[in-house]
Amino acid sequence: MLSVRDLTVSIGSDAAPVDIVSGVSFDIGKGEILGLVGESGCGKSMTSLAVMGLLPQPGPRIRDGRIDLVGADVTTLQPWQRVEAGHGCIAMIFQEPMTSLNPVRRIGDQIAEAVRVHDGISGAPAWARAQELLELVRIPDAALQLSAYPHQLSGGQRQRIMIAIALACRPQVLIADEPTTALDVTIQIQILGLLRDLCNRLDMSILFITHDMGVIAQLADRVAVMYGGRIVETADVGALFREPRHHYTRGLMDCMPARNLGARRLPTISGQAPRPGAIRTGCVFAPRCAAVQDLCLVNTPPRLVLGKGHEALCAFPLQAGRAL
Amino acid sequence: MSEPILQVSDLKTSFSVKRSGRKYSLKAVDGVSLSLSAGEVLGIVGESGCGKTTVGRSIVRLVQPDGGAIRFKGADVLAASGSALRDMRLNLRMVFQDPYASLNPRRSIGDSVAEAGDINKVFKNRADRATRIAETLTAVGLEPSFAARYPHELSGGQRQRAGIARAILPAPAVIIADEPVSALDVSVQAQVLNLMMDLRERLGLSMLFISHDIGVIGQISDRVAVMYMGRVVELSDARGIVDRSAHPYTRALMAAVPKPDPSQRIAGAIETGEPPSQLNRPVGCAYAARCPLVSDRCRVEVPELRPIAPDNRLAACHNL
Repeated sequence: MLSVRDLTVSIGSDAAPVDIVSGVSFDIGKGEILGLVGESGCGKSMTSLAVMGLLPQPGPRIRDGRIDLVGADVTTLQPWQRVEAGHGCIAMIFQEPMTSLNPVRRIGDQIAEAVRVHDGISGAPAWARAQELLELVRIPDAALQLSAYPHQLSGGQRQRIMIAIALACRPQVLIADEPTTALDVTIQIQILGLLRDLCNRLDMSILFITHDMGVIAQLADRVAVMYGGRIVETADVGALFREPRHHYTRGLMDCMPARNLGARRLPTISGQAPRPGAIRTGCVFAPRCAAVQDLCLVNTPPRLVLGKGHEALCAFPLQAGRAL
Repeated sequence: MSEPILQVSDLKTSFSVKRSGRKYSLKAVDGVSLSLSAGEVLGIVGESGCGKTTVGRSIVRLVQPDGGAIRFKGADVLAASGSALRDMRLNLRMVFQDPYASLNPRRSIGDSVAEAGDINKVFKNRADRATRIAETLTAVGLEPSFAARYPHELSGGQRQRAGIARAILPAPAVIIADEPVSALDVSVQAQVLNLMMDLRERLGLSMLFISHDIGVIGQISDRVAVMYMGRVVELSDARGIVDRSAHPYTRALMAAVPKPDPSQRIAGAIETGEPPSQLNRPVGCAYAARCPLVSDRCRVEVPELRPIAPDNRLAACHNL
C-alpha cells in the first residue's frame, strides 16, 4: 500500500544540509498497522509529514528517497496534486483534535467539506454521507451531533470527528500521529479499539506514530523503532517484544515503570537524545549505548537481517534479548 | 503507624464558572480525606478533571478550599497567615509538571533554586548561599555550574531536575509533586523517578505524588488513592491497587493501561463510555453510568469510603 525508500529529510542549506530523517525505509501492507515508535525529536513526525506531502514550507525538504502510494510515485506531489492525479487515498489525524478542527463551524459542515472535495457531492447527499461517517466512528446520536460545535464535545469525541473527516476520502492508508497522547487512558483504549475495528472492516492500512511502547504492543502488527532520524529496528510486534535486538529498543522497554513494579530503581538509558546533525560519524546511539565498542564510534552500523522481517541497525546486536 | 505529618479531612474546593450567561459551581474536590505519614509516598491517581491537582494546590493554598480541614504536624493550614503560612509553605513544597512554565525564564537556575531560601532568609551570607545552591544542584544530578545558566539552555530532564532542586532548598518535610514526569520522554522519566526515590531516602521526605500514570504511581508510591470526579473511590497499598484493584473504576482504569505485552492485543471496538459533565453531576455515584456493577441504590446514594474484605482496603462502592 505504502512504500517508503531511503527517505531523507533535511533542514539548512543545500551546501551544508542537516538530516532530521535519514535513510528511512518501510512498507505497509494492506490492512496492516505499522507502529512507528520513538522519543521526542527522533524524526517520527517529520517522516509522517513527508509521506503526507505536508512538510512545513519553507523549512525541511525531502533531499533523497522515494514514496510510493498504491503503486504511484508521490514523492514530489503536493497534496492537491495528489488528489487531482487520483492518489488522494491517504489521510492523517493528529495529536490535538481541537487545534485541527475549526471552532466556529458545525462538525457536520466540516465533515461535508471533506466529502465535497473527495466525492464531488454537496448539499443533502454530502450531509447524509457525513452522518454515515459519524456512525462509522461510533458517535452516539450521529444525526444530532452533526449540528454540534467542537467545544461541545469531549476530547475523545473530537478525535472521533477527526477520524470521520479522515475517512471521507475512503483512505487506503491512514497516518495517525500520536492520536491518543492527549487523551485519558480509558478514552485512549476506546480510540485504539475504533482504529483496529476500522482497519479490519475497511481493510485500511495504518501508520501509527507514538512514543508509548504499551500502545505499540496492543495495536501494531509490525513495529519500526526510530532514534536520531533513523529506523534502528524493524520487526513483527511479537518478535520485537520477545526478542529486541537493538540496544535502544531494549532500553526503552526496560525503563517502562509498568515492567518494574516494586523495583527500588528503574533501569535507565543514560544521557539524552542527540540534536539532529550532532553525531556525524559512527552509530547515533553509541554515546548512550551500554554495550558500545570502539568500532561503533567510527563505523556506520550495518543493517543486519536477524530473522524473517527482523532488522537491526547495529554492529553488535543483542542475542536473544541479551548483549553478545 | 506513626502520627500523620499531613492530614486532610473532608476537603472541598470548588470553582465558579460561567456558561452561556449562567454561573455554575464546579466542585473540583468534593469531600476528600487523606493522611500522609512521615517518610511515606502517597500517590494520587486519576484522569483529567478528577480533582487530583486541585487537592495538591489546596494543600499549599494556591487555591482556597471552601471546606474541610488540612493539618500539617497538627497545625491548621487553612487558618495560617503571615509568617506562620510562610513557615508552613517552606515545609510543604511543590514540584510542577512543566518545568519550563514553572521556572522564571529571566532568572538564572541558581536564583530560582535559592528563591525560597532568600525569602525566608535562611542563608548566612553570599558564600553560604552559593555553597548551598551548588550542593543542591549536585544532589539532583546537575553540575554546580548550572547555577549561572537560564532555563532555555536546559533540556526537559535537566529543567525538571532544577524544578526538584528548587523544592528541596532548604529541605522540606513534604513534597507535593504534581505530574512531575509526565512531560518527559520515557528514558528521561526513569532517570527523574530514580532521583526522586533517592532524595526521598536521603532526605527522609514525605511525598504526595500526583499523576495520571498508574505505572509511575505504582512504582513510586507506598499507598495509592484513586480519584474520580472529585472523590477518592479507592485507597490501598500500591500493590493492592495495581494487582488486586477492587473498585470497578480502578479496575477499568487498570484494564485500559496499555501493557507492553503483544499477547494482550486489542481485537476490535471497545465502548466503555466517558465521564459525566463536571457541571451537571449525576445524583448518587458519579461512576454509575459507566459501571458494570450498577444497582438502583447507586443512582440515589453517594457511596462513602468504607473498609472492604479481605484486606480492609477502603473503597467507595455499594456493590462490593
